[in-house]
Formats: sequence, C-alpha cells, structure tokens
Amino acid sequence: MNTFYHIGRYLLFMKKVFKRPQKSSIFLNNVFFEIEKLGINSIMIVLIISVFMGAVITLQTAYNIELSFVPLYLVGLGTRDSMFLEFSSTIVALILAGKVGANIASEIGTMKIHEQIEALNMMGVNSESHLVLPKIIAAVLTFPLLTLFSMFIGILGGYLAVYFTNAVPIDDFVYGLHYYFIPFYITYSLIKVVIFAFIIATIPAYHAYYVQGGALEVGKASTKGVVYSSILILFFNVVITQILLS
Amino acid sequence: MIIAKNISKSFDDNHVLNDISLTCKKGETNLIIGESGSGKTVLLKSILGIHQIDKGQIIYGDDVFTDMNHKEKQKIRQEIGMVFQGGALFDSSTVFENIIFPLQMFSKMSKVEMHNRVRFCLERVNLHNVDDLYPSEISGGMQKRVAIARAVVLNPKYLFFDEPNSGLDPKTAIVIDNLIKELTIDFNTVTVINTHDMNSVAEIGDNIAFIYNGQKWWYGNKEEIMHTDNKELNDFVFATKLMRDLKK
Ligand SMILES: Nc1ncnc2c1ncn2[C@@H]1O[C@H](COP(=O)(O)OP(=O)(O)OP(=O)(O)O)[C@@H](O)[C@H]1O
Ligand SMILES: [Mg+2]
Repeated sequence: MNTFYHIGRYLLFMKKVFKRPQKSSIFLNNVFFEIEKLGINSIMIVLIISVFMGAVITLQTAYNIELSFVPLYLVGLGTRDSMFLEFSSTIVALILAGKVGANIASEIGTMKIHEQIEALNMMGVNSESHLVLPKIIAAVLTFPLLTLFSMFIGILGGYLAVYFTNAVPIDDFVYGLHYYFIPFYITYSLIKVVIFAFIIATIPAYHAYYVQGGALEVGKASTKGVVYSSILILFFNVVITQILLS
Repeated sequence: MIIAKNISKSFDDNHVLNDISLTCKKGETNLIIGESGSGKTVLLKSILGIHQIDKGQIIYGDDVFTDMNHKEKQKIRQEIGMVFQGGALFDSSTVFENIIFPLQMFSKMSKVEMHNRVRFCLERVNLHNVDDLYPSEISGGMQKRVAIARAVVLNPKYLFFDEPNSGLDPKTAIVIDNLIKELTIDFNTVTVINTHDMNSVAEIGDNIAFIYNGQKWWYGNKEEIMHTDNKELNDFVFATKLMRDLKK
C-alpha cells in the first residue's frame, strides 16, 4: 500500500519534472552549474576509490592464485573485468548515491522547509522541473564519464600495485589486461550507470521535495533518499545484468 | 480587487477555515489578523492557490481563479508578489541574483533594463551595497527588504505579505510597514497582509479582517478597531498592558 503510494506519487512527480523548461537560458545555466556540482566535484572521490579498488582486486587475485597452476595473466584480466563489469559502474554509483544523493536531498529539502519551493511556485515557476531536471541531465551526462574514468584509474591502480609489490610479473599483468577483451562490457557498464544516474538524481529529490517539518525531517529524507537509491541501484543491477548479459 | 467567497479548508479533521468571505481592495492595505494558529497563513495560501480549498471561490479582478487551469494560474501568479513569513530567499543566490531571478524568468527585458530595474527596487527598499552578499550574511530586516524587492520587481498587481515584521524590532517594523503602505499607493496594488502586530494594525490598517475560530469574526478599519465592543476582538487587541493603558 505504502509502496504503491510512493510509486504513484513518484511517477506524478516525474511527469512534472519533465515539463518543458520555461526559459532556456536559465535552464542551460542550471545544467552547467549542476554538471560542476554533481560531476566535476565527484572526480576526486571517484579517483580515490578507483585507484584503491583496482589495487586491492589485483593483490587479492594475485595472492589467491599463487599456489595453483592458473596462468598468471589472469590477474590482469580479473582486475580489468571486475572494474569494467561491476566496480566502475555499480560501486561507483553506490558511492555517488551517498555523496550526490545526500547533497541533492539536503539542498531540495532545505528549500522546501524554508518555503523557497513555494516561493518558486508562487512566481509561476514549475519548481519540480526547474530544480530537478538540470540535475538529471547533469548526472546522466557526467556519471558515464566518471565510470570511464574509474575504469582507467582502477587499471592504473592495479598496475601500480603490481609494479610496487611484484605480486605477479608486470608483463603477465599487462598481457592479462589485453587478453580476450570484450568491448561490450564497457557498453553494458555505461548503460547501467545511465540508469543509476537517473535513480541518484531523482529518488533523493523526490523524498526531499515532499518533506514537511524542520531540519530533522530534512535529515531523515536525505537518509531515505540515499538508502532507497542504493537499494534500487542494486536491484536494477541484477535486472539489467540478466537482460544484457544472459 | 480580490474576492474570496465562502471558502473552507480543513486538514483531515482540523477545520482551519470555515466559510470565510473577504474582499481585498485595490490601492489599500488589507490586513488579516488573529492569534497564532488561527489560520492566517492558511487563508493567505488558500487565496494564493498554494492550498487547495475544499469549498468556495476566489476571484482576482474579473477572473475566477478557482476555475483556472494550471497554465492560467501560472499567468496570474506572474502578477502576484509574495513575501513569505521567513522571507524564502534562495540561500544559494546572492541578493542581486534573488531579485533579478523573476525578471530573467519572465520578462523580455534586456540585460541593462533588468539591472536598472533591480537597482530601482533595491533603491526603493533602501538597500545599498548588499548586491553580492548571500541571505545568510545580512540581517533579518534586510532579508525582509530583499524579499519585498523581489516581490515587486515584476510590477505586480497583487502583493501578499505573511507576517512582514515578525522578528523585527519596533523601529525596523515601522519602516517595513511604511514601505508596504507606500508601495501599495505607488504601484496601486491590492495588498494583503497577515499580521498579529498591533502596531501595524494601528499604522497601516486600511481594512482589517479578524479571524477567530476559523471564521471572519470582525471586519473594519484601524479607527473602528479601537472602539469595538466585540469581546474576542477586544481580548486580542487589548491583550497587552500597553494597549489597555493606551485605550484609557
Ligand atoms: N500544511 C499543513 N498541513 C496540516 N495542517 C496545517 C498545515 N498548515 C497549517 N496547518 C494547521 O492549520 C492551523 C492554522 O495554521 P496557520 O499556519 O495558518 O496559523 P497562523 O494563524 O498563520 O499562525 P502564526 O501567527 O503562528 O503564523 C494550525 O492548526 C496548523 O496546525
Ligand atoms: Mg502564519
């Protein structure tokens, strides 16, 4: 019952979000502003988690196959495919859900409780579209780029780990990176992350837009937004994987 | 003119407004008074269409607002300036950006014209050298004035104020009251003001509606309110010792 209520209200909210922007110059300005806030300001965190994830996957794989007769180039291949298939899309999206999602929810929630959204509506602005559409566009444009960036940095992290620890010979690692490369994995990851970006931009916004009360409620809406977007990301990860890779 | 006809509004079991009719006149200040929680804000937001009313009709000029579709309401709203109880300035924008926003959104002015208009409005509310400050960096009284400047920037026909001088010292409050009165006369607006400040009532109460028990309990002007024998209104107006002494 409650779930259906939220789904219904979310869909109605989305219908308003996708109203045509009233003034294109202001809209474009907002899009660029959000690209900076949601995308460019996330580069650092993506860089940090990706380099460490790449390194740790590499070392774990290397130390696990040490005793067996498995070829050593599998370390490079494993790192590449783990990053390409899962880490640079899903894990990065989960991290961004925390960072960007909380940011969106607290911004919109604060505007709501301080009557700023009513002020927009009163001026005759379509507040849903004015506030949320630029975020959706910014996230859908920049998150795939962050994913590509994360793939590159993750591999680099693996390479550095091998370089400094000699867990496997560097040539084997690099050979593994090239071995049996399936370009569709990148496409698959990018499709996933576009959907994740949409979730991250809209679910916290939805929870914040309907918040009532004070700062405490904004905090709660922010938590809800992050939790529900994370769950949805994990859920759609399974669904899309079944559709695209089976 | 704005006319509210027999409007009622409840939230679940809480019947806040009960069959209220009210006429707000052009070029005059129309005050809505009542104790905290009496439904002043709900009445204002109902007239503005922010709250969906359960019953009744709202008319702006010759147009029946309650019969309009979303697009038509949006159109009317561009002729309305509203100052919210808390100011409702956009935190992430500077004073200048706050005021120019409605112009950028809805006017066809050139950049220079917009800047001049914002300058004029800032001048009009007596604010200087605050263009690049954020709302959190200026005082409450200044925030109110920025909110007023933003409300009048599009040359509205209708002006709404929710508690324009709550949280202000008496001297600043009078400045704001006088500003509202001047703007009402200068721009010939229908001005609707929510207040529980007796100073404002005495100062600028052209027309006063007293809300009690969800109803329009009394209606009159600032002279009449001092000599009324309506018990509930008297209890409200002369609640403070200062007012009682004044009456004597
Ligand atoms: N959005 C809402 N949902 C449910 N109830 C509401 C809502 N807004 C107001 N109310 C209720 O309506 C009643 C009147 O509230 P309102 O804010 O209009 O009072 P007020 O006269 O403006 O008071 P104040 O002078 O303190 O601002 C209160 O009982 C309040 O709980
Ligand atoms: Mg109020």
